[in-house]
Amino acid sequence: MEISNQQRNIVVIGGGPAGIEASRALDAMGYTVFLVERDGRLGGHLCRWDRLFPYGTPAEDVLSQLTASMGRIKWFTATEVTQVNKLERGYNVILSNGLSVLADALLLTTGFTLFNASKKEEYGYGIYDRVITNADLEDWFSGIPVPAVDNPRRIGFVHCVGSRDEKVGNRYCSKVCCATAVKQACEIKEKFPDAVVYCFYMDLRMFGRGYEDMYLEAQKKYGVIFVRGRVSEVSEDKDGHLFVKAEDTLSGKPLRVTLDLLVLMAGMSHNRAVDPIARTLALSTMEDGFLKPKDSLTAAQASYCTGVFYAGACTGPKTLPETMAEARAAATSIHEYLQEQ
Amino acid sequence: MIDFGYGISPSSAINLDKFDRTKFEELAREEPDVLKCMACGSCAASCPTAGHSDMNLRRVILLLGRGREDEALRMVSHCMLCGKCLIVCPRGINTRHLILSVTKIYQKK
Amino acid sequence: MNYEGKKKIWSEFQKEIPDDKYFYARSCIRQNFNPGAEQAFLDIVRNRFGKDFYEDPLHTTCGGIAYHSDTTPEETSMTIIARQFSLMNQAGYRNFVVSCVTSFGLHSEILQTWEEHPEIEEKIHELLWKACKREFTKPDFLMHSSDIMYHYRFLISEQAKYPLINVYSGEPLKVVEHIGCHYSKIFPSKSVGGAEYPRVLAGLVEALGGSVVDYPERRHCCGFGFRQYLVKANRGYSLTNTYKKFESMEPFHPDLIITNCPGCNYFLDRWQYVIAETTGKTYGDTPGYGIPVLSSEEVAALVMGYDPWDLGLQMHQVAVEPLLDKMGVQYDKSAKYKGPGGKDLGVPASPANIRIF
Repeated sequence: MEISNQQRNIVVIGGGPAGIEASRALDAMGYTVFLVERDGRLGGHLCRWDRLFPYGTPAEDVLSQLTASMGRIKWFTATEVTQVNKLERGYNVILSNGLSVLADALLLTTGFTLFNASKKEEYGYGIYDRVITNADLEDWFSGIPVPAVDNPRRIGFVHCVGSRDEKVGNRYCSKVCCATAVKQACEIKEKFPDAVVYCFYMDLRMFGRGYEDMYLEAQKKYGVIFVRGRVSEVSEDKDGHLFVKAEDTLSGKPLRVTLDLLVLMAGMSHNRAVDPIARTLALSTMEDGFLKPKDSLTAAQASYCTGVFYAGACTGPKTLPETMAEARAAATSIHEYLQEQ
Repeated sequence: MIDFGYGISPSSAINLDKFDRTKFEELAREEPDVLKCMACGSCAASCPTAGHSDMNLRRVILLLGRGREDEALRMVSHCMLCGKCLIVCPRGINTRHLILSVTKIYQKK
Repeated sequence: MNYEGKKKIWSEFQKEIPDDKYFYARSCIRQNFNPGAEQAFLDIVRNRFGKDFYEDPLHTTCGGIAYHSDTTPEETSMTIIARQFSLMNQAGYRNFVVSCVTSFGLHSEILQTWEEHPEIEEKIHELLWKACKREFTKPDFLMHSSDIMYHYRFLISEQAKYPLINVYSGEPLKVVEHIGCHYSKIFPSKSVGGAEYPRVLAGLVEALGGSVVDYPERRHCCGFGFRQYLVKANRGYSLTNTYKKFESMEPFHPDLIITNCPGCNYFLDRWQYVIAETTGKTYGDTPGYGIPVLSSEEVAALVMGYDPWDLGLQMHQVAVEPLLDKMGVQYDKSAKYKGPGGKDLGVPASPANIRIF
């Protein structure tokens, strides 16, 4: 007997852009989708972003567009997956709201965790009041008071905080920080046109469409000063300003500057909330904790576990467009898988 | 004072706190393209004087932006204004014009 | 500055320190330049706190200075240190306390090397046997003397006669804490507080009533650096590093510098003389006198009421009298240059630019 798509249950874990977009695509194919988000609202990290690079699109617009038509998707916020059991066919997923779903496929869209910048002890996040993160600055852009942003005259951005850093166990590039730093440097320059703004970078990875234009604009229109060199340590002077050390590697000289505000570009770490599920289902992970897809070139949405799929930053740092594309690719992969069952 | 045969060495560090940006900003007003340099080094690589002098336009631009005018001007003094750097600059900076502006602005006392 | 943020980091770098039965290894530099510091350390722990602190007269240098100035190979240091461990075993102790920071770093480095390369430890067992027919086992705990001072900071504070409070203003004394590089920069996990915000001296200073100065070049090396100092051609580097630290701490007006490393103590003290005599500049709030530099044990002993001249504080270049006055220490000004039994030792010549009493 033919089973209709509607009789197939798919549980999507994680209600960020990947989860929402994949759920929408699967819903459009007629499947019954359960979307589970542990936070109080859908959107994931997008909820904490003000505007998006490279064109300054408000994140709120993207979110409302994404969540405008949720179709028949059964979505739950403030809900966690308490247990996943592998059955002979499919999975039994028990949620914290008491619901138990027999799922034919699981899609993990658990995303990333923002790197805990206080782990880079030498930068003094959580100790020096004028050191903030990219996320804190996004808060400020969206109108949430951040006391450290107090009419700063000298502002620094530190790229690669918790990325390309073996010491903290994150050898990879987090992909979005360069573009975020340049975006935020321009935005803060708009707010404080007289401020001197520095970007401390190791390599500028402006790989996406429109990113290089953003960099050029940061240089020419906003006069952002780019210093090729990683900030090595930060301390406070007598007045509570930040004393920053880096090497200006292009001139081969140590560089010192006093700043009023230092913004750390915290990168992406793997989301530890997915670890218990990964353990239960014996999913492969990489040495940095991100989930390992079956084949990063040809089967990036598939896991080593039948019926379990991935989309977005749960397998490594991704930009938003990449995440969206993966979400749709995952929907297609799941569809192909279920049609073969 | 006693000479112990050793002493306090001057710092080679770039101290941006002590950098008076007035002249650089004047240069940027006159030659906005100076801000576009992405330090690729094409100019220095093709410079005919590079092999026998310390002229290096990439470094000149960098040093001016770090408050090291003396070093930059010493380099610029070796430039023959041939314009080879202008041909290779991927950002399309009018390097010859830039060098003339540097000379004009920084040699004003 | 968010103190809670520092506490969070400190909580990640805690170190287990046993309460009794210590075996002591002295510092080459300290027992020559500031012998009172080690004497006071042993006296405080043994006689004030009633702990068993054993010192074996047969113990030697660890060889750290030779190792760090590239004149002996690591195996030599390993064998010397293996012999110290053997003396410790023989005396029936398991808790090894090192007086010198570089020596502490070297002990830590060697223990870690043996941990990662058991074959090297095996080789050292052979070498020690060949050299002096001795066997050894590794200690259960390795501590630096400042770890012990930190461990007992509240006991010290209970017996405080002159806390680190300015008696004129009633304010805490402003104390620069300088941690020797080899204490926590090599192995942050083997220290109290880690490498970026070391707790070991800050905790002691706070317990004794002082306030810690967090100045920009706080993490910077004192300048000693073995090869920088030992080779005259490099000595300017040593001096310049010290100068950098003083320039950075100057705006905070510190009353005192406390160190846990004999080398740092010596250089932060003596280079003030050289800076004064080559540039005319002195630091500190008492014009022309500099900032006193004391070890953690000297500070603890002063606070507990030890006589400054019995402690040997006249062995420091920078005069300590302004500090003693600020702390309200009762002392005999005329006894500074008197030896045992009141013997007159003579007053040293006064430098031109940094004054002495």
